[in-house]
Amino acid sequence: MVEHSRFRTVTAHAILWIGIAIVAFPVYMAFIGSTHEASVIANGQMPLTPGPLFVENYYRTIFIGSSGSTREPVSTMLLNSLVMALSIACGKIAISIISAYAIVYFRFPFRMTAFWIIFVTLMLPVEVRIYPTYKIAADLHLLDSYAGLALPLIASATATLLFRQFFMTVPDELVEASRIDGAGPFRFFKDTLLPLSRTNMAALFVILFIYGWNQYLWPLLITTRDDMQTIVIGIRKMITTADALTEWQIVMATAMLAMLPPVAVVVVMQRLFVRGLVETEK
Amino acid sequence: MQKRVFFTHRFLPYWLIAPQIAVTLVFFYWPASQAVWQSFLLEDAFGLSSTFVGFENYRTLFSDASYYQTILTTLVFATAVTLISLSAALLLAVQADKPLRGATAYRTLLIWPYAVAPAVAGVLWLFMFHPSLGVVARGLRHLGIAWNPMLDGDHAMILVVLAAAWKQISYNFLFFLAGLQAIPKSIIEAAAIDGARPARRFWTIVFPLLSPTTFFLLVVNIVYAFFDTFGIIDAMTGGGPAKATETLVYKVFADGRLGGDLGGSAAQSVVLMIIVIGLTAIQFRYIERKVTY
Repeated sequence: MVEHSRFRTVTAHAILWIGIAIVAFPVYMAFIGSTHEASVIANGQMPLTPGPLFVENYYRTIFIGSSGSTREPVSTMLLNSLVMALSIACGKIAISIISAYAIVYFRFPFRMTAFWIIFVTLMLPVEVRIYPTYKIAADLHLLDSYAGLALPLIASATATLLFRQFFMTVPDELVEASRIDGAGPFRFFKDTLLPLSRTNMAALFVILFIYGWNQYLWPLLITTRDDMQTIVIGIRKMITTADALTEWQIVMATAMLAMLPPVAVVVVMQRLFVRGLVETEK
Repeated sequence: MQKRVFFTHRFLPYWLIAPQIAVTLVFFYWPASQAVWQSFLLEDAFGLSSTFVGFENYRTLFSDASYYQTILTTLVFATAVTLISLSAALLLAVQADKPLRGATAYRTLLIWPYAVAPAVAGVLWLFMFHPSLGVVARGLRHLGIAWNPMLDGDHAMILVVLAAAWKQISYNFLFFLAGLQAIPKSIIEAAAIDGARPARRFWTIVFPLLSPTTFFLLVVNIVYAFFDTFGIIDAMTGGGPAKATETLVYKVFADGRLGGDLGGSAAQSVVLMIIVIGLTAIQFRYIERKVTY
């Protein structure tokens, strides 16, 4: 910038710190809540500093579960969320990279039809077709199964478009060179295109993992058994309508555990995350 | 759109594209067409038979005063969320764009809420603002405000808006920061040499140059507020009290599940699809032109 006034720098730092404080405060309060006794929270007298029950509350949350409406320990829910997030992320990447490969590197009848069929799904988010999709999943006996959690969310126009865009920038000479070396379409894909797409795949993986982990409406409908619940659904079910029965310390410990994996992914793989975010929105 | 060099193979391309097309047809096109078809049907009270009624469901929908109320609620919600999260994010991005010590650390500390699930974000804010046990609610009562989002529709609305805006700040921040960093410093320096003060430089140079980013974020935020906030609303208020926080997406869910009104719910789904198509079209038109100033 042009001016280097001390005042402006200090203001900038101050504004950023205030912003960070506001952004972090809800999570800080959740952490505080997860270390106190139920009665302290229920009285509305919770202090702003951590309580003594950190180990006890988290132990109970992970291995025993809340005594309220959902009795599964959170470790089960964490596992369900992990399976669902990983299958959505890997499944989406796998089916979109091969379909993008077909669309870009082959010429065949109905190529453009296929492309448009995929493209239009951008306009059909799961929220607007929720009940018919549920009915189809039920007819296919997918309720309460990992396949039911992941499959309907696996088709993605965004990922296909992203790979298509990337393949278009790959020089044609590479195809010619690998042809001269005697490689067919399969070899070219495996030995040339996949290694080149590594960064894109990783960036996409970060975004899709978070997307899968944070799903709410679909798992809410498709899971009825407690042991198939994802952690995000589990939290919601722990909050009972009769307020007195909600064990807020367990709810908050669960919330902390639900945030930990996706937030860790964002912080640790920050560069890939930013790249994935910017590219999927193009 | 087509490579100059390509492979020819009789069946391989079809095998490659088959999984995606299969999933798309089964879980996108089939349910979407079901929704359209169902919106023209009227089920009897027991769900045993249905008759074709043409646009009857739509006529009922658009003559229902409560539907307009829901549209209004959605618009208020989307506008508030978009304005709050965009302006907060812009303020923070402008600060982070300055040459500060620890600028990357600031970025890290501001982007992580993107990863928090909407439903979890709702639970966090509910915990702070819960009328009987929330820390912030306690503070508000000390200030003499009778805070109760469980009973007061306006309070409930404020609460869901805050939670939804909070979650979106990190996304907007990242894109604003990228947009700001793409503006050539020489333009700003030139303006400074001409004697323009920082505030004037921001409003006459930086902000107009940022308008493509702002417009893009505007559309993304509206889509977010319409469709991705279901978890927040369901976890915090369940659409209540007295439907004060019921958005269009939430109403589809609530009418189909609780009311069992499948035809009406399907008609609402179709209206939503049209809204998504409109928003997507706007987004793509913009991307084609890219630069609008």
